[in-house]
Amino acid sequence: MGIMTARELLKIVVVGHVDHGKSTIIGRLLYDTKSVPEAAIERVKRICKEKGRPFEYAYLLDALEEEQKQGITIDTTQIKFSTQQRDYLIIDAPGHKEFLKNMISGAANAEAALLVIDAAEGVQEQSKRHAYILSLLGIQKVYVIVNKMDMIDFSEEKFKEIKYEISNFLDRLNVYPLKYIPVSAFLGENITKKSEKMPWYKGESLLEALDLFEKDKELEDKPLRFPIQDVYKFDHRRIIAGKIESGRLKVGDEIKILPEGKVSRIKSIESWPENNKKDMVEAGMSVGVTIEDEFFNKRGEIIVHRDDNTLYISDTFKANLFWLGKRNLVRNKTYKLKLVTQETECEIVSIDKVIDATTLETVENATEVRTNDVAEVTIKTKEKICFDEFKVNPTTGRFVLVDEYDVSGGGIVSGLANLKEEAAKFVKDDNEMVVSCFDEYYYSIPQGIIRKYPKHNRTFKVGDAVPIEGETYSYPESFDIIDLNSKLVAKIRKGRLSDLVNIEQYTYSELPIITADGFYVKVNSIDEFKDFKNELVQLEKKDNFLLTTFANKWYDISKNRSFKFTV
Amino acid sequence: MDHLDRLEAESIYILREAYSKFSKIAMLWSIGKDSTVLLWLVKKAFFGHCPFPLIHIDTTYKIPEMIKYRDKLAKEYNLDLIVHINEEALKQGMGPEKGRLVCCKALKTDALQQVINKHKFEALILGIRRDEEGSRSKERFFSLRNEESEWDYTNQPPELWNQFNTDFPKGSHVRVHPLLNWTEIDIWMYIKRENIPVIDLYFAKNGKRYRSLGCAPCTFPVESNATTIDEIIEELKNTKINERAGRAQDQEDAYAMQKLRKEGYM
Repeated sequence: MGIMTARELLKIVVVGHVDHGKSTIIGRLLYDTKSVPEAAIERVKRICKEKGRPFEYAYLLDALEEEQKQGITIDTTQIKFSTQQRDYLIIDAPGHKEFLKNMISGAANAEAALLVIDAAEGVQEQSKRHAYILSLLGIQKVYVIVNKMDMIDFSEEKFKEIKYEISNFLDRLNVYPLKYIPVSAFLGENITKKSEKMPWYKGESLLEALDLFEKDKELEDKPLRFPIQDVYKFDHRRIIAGKIESGRLKVGDEIKILPEGKVSRIKSIESWPENNKKDMVEAGMSVGVTIEDEFFNKRGEIIVHRDDNTLYISDTFKANLFWLGKRNLVRNKTYKLKLVTQETECEIVSIDKVIDATTLETVENATEVRTNDVAEVTIKTKEKICFDEFKVNPTTGRFVLVDEYDVSGGGIVSGLANLKEEAAKFVKDDNEMVVSCFDEYYYSIPQGIIRKYPKHNRTFKVGDAVPIEGETYSYPESFDIIDLNSKLVAKIRKGRLSDLVNIEQYTYSELPIITADGFYVKVNSIDEFKDFKNELVQLEKKDNFLLTTFANKWYDISKNRSFKFTV
Repeated sequence: MDHLDRLEAESIYILREAYSKFSKIAMLWSIGKDSTVLLWLVKKAFFGHCPFPLIHIDTTYKIPEMIKYRDKLAKEYNLDLIVHINEEALKQGMGPEKGRLVCCKALKTDALQQVINKHKFEALILGIRRDEEGSRSKERFFSLRNEESEWDYTNQPPELWNQFNTDFPKGSHVRVHPLLNWTEIDIWMYIKRENIPVIDLYFAKNGKRYRSLGCAPCTFPVESNATTIDEIIEELKNTKINERAGRAQDQEDAYAMQKLRKEGYM
């Protein structure tokens, strides 16, 4: 039965400057693949006639009155078409400046993108802005469509010039298009088959090229992230419902419910009707489970596998965000943050950088983020939440901000923020030393990366006991900790902080020295310490290359530290 | 997961999201194939239960088989069904002969507003789909209506990454559209796969069948010999005719549906 076989679906977004021909390209694709009902074509022809305007392919999309009045697309429309190979869902994004939010709405769900650029006009304001947002949304699969080739006489020279201009610009955004395709959508050149007007072009036609986009590796291979959406008790069962955002889950799995970390086991996977019953569920499915221990569970908690230590739990993180709100985004104002099913109040504690998406100029120390700006910010939530870095797991690494009633911005988590007041640190008088030597290191097998998790974020004063034994580190009872940033040395004696001195006043005590990161320093004598200190002094300039050489020479990674495997 | 699995998971997620966010919520059930699929998805989402009432806006002009089918299924599924009729308008003689758009507004849009006011619903779940017609393609999954049920489609906040707008000013209400991404063929493939009961009117008799159901005076069957679901799917794969071609109100003028929907029509 051919009908029921599942066909692959690829979601693509079409972006670009107003009037560069996005709607015409889409209209053409639909028309040429016979994906529009004849009635719709007839209707558009009729409307065009009523208004005394010539028929255009773009009108196939612009079903709404206002759009045709203004000649621009109002909102994201979603249209399907098919090739022999698979189905496509085109998300048409508007080019008009004030409708940027719709473009983001559409592009956020896309797997691949077409960036349309007018051959005669070249890169324009919105080309830049849209390209930037593609990079921010993490869309890597991009084709540049150089449209209106007829306006430059199908010239290879001019095509090369514009390609050079575009790639120069996109390089700066870390957007690397897989292909540059010259077309004339209006004339149908190089859309479904290779154009005879451009014999110099050796690549595929647009439609052929679309079939070459490869789908992403699926989310089910990442660690389990199962955010609780709701808990139902309609009958004797107490069902935890939600969508598996990544990974897999089966009956009998040992699980941990974060942020509290209560441990239990999956008793059953529930479904209706009965014949739908499954023993295993995976990323993308909306499911319901029962667990062996009936804790009080609630929306917003996240279920992971018991041995998984990779999900961050914190109230501070760094993020890249784009702001679409009616009011500007400001510091020290309360917004609502939504990340999967978690919701909490939050504040922007610092606006680290604002990027003008048009010029890509950066403004340091800005006091606010204006509508349509993109920014790097540090966010502090009222309660601790669970998240991943976006590049590690996109589904639990992105969030939206709500201003009053409206979703007004979206962002991706770029990393944990080490706010000074929150890190593990030693203090004495006016001296303060931030340390990460009590952080744990985990090696994630599926991801193949080592990640660091802070465990003891608090302040230690002289006399306080310090955690010298961790899961992935072990220090002697007495040793010294040297910090290159603050140029301080902490003395640990019999497991307690005994003193904090300036490096200039420090004399080598013949005890082991470790760095503030927890790495053993290969110093065993006063002479060696002198050499070490001399080189250290020359490191002042914050030269990362020198620092690496220095670290490779002096640090022993494995003496006090190891890592544990995790999922 | 195949294409239907993904659509199903998305719709279930949206249904659960709506149920979690709004305590005064109901679902509009038109007896048609889409809202019947939606009802099936509700039972899947809530593990065999339907935790909110269903509303049927009865214009009294519906095709009689629809009402019979409605009452039968309501009994079978043990549904909490609210049937609402705009009695006042009918008393004043409202009917299609007064003008199709005027009639739709009074017996459907206004009737819907009456039932929302009466029960103070904060949210309504509807089975509309983006591919049905132009103005529906601009919809959001969670779409705000003001106190008069009007829709401002030029000023909708974005829906990013399954984060919907669930915070609203008092007095407004929300339309929730879990089937937005489904197409007509998806609906039929799903009905087949899940073995969902649908009304007979969709299957051809004497060379005609209904593709879309509505009021008897304004809904016409289309030419078809499709008597099984497979034949319907095959027919849809090859057709170039609009799904709502048999719905007279759409053809009243070029922007009929857009005007109706802006005022609060489903």
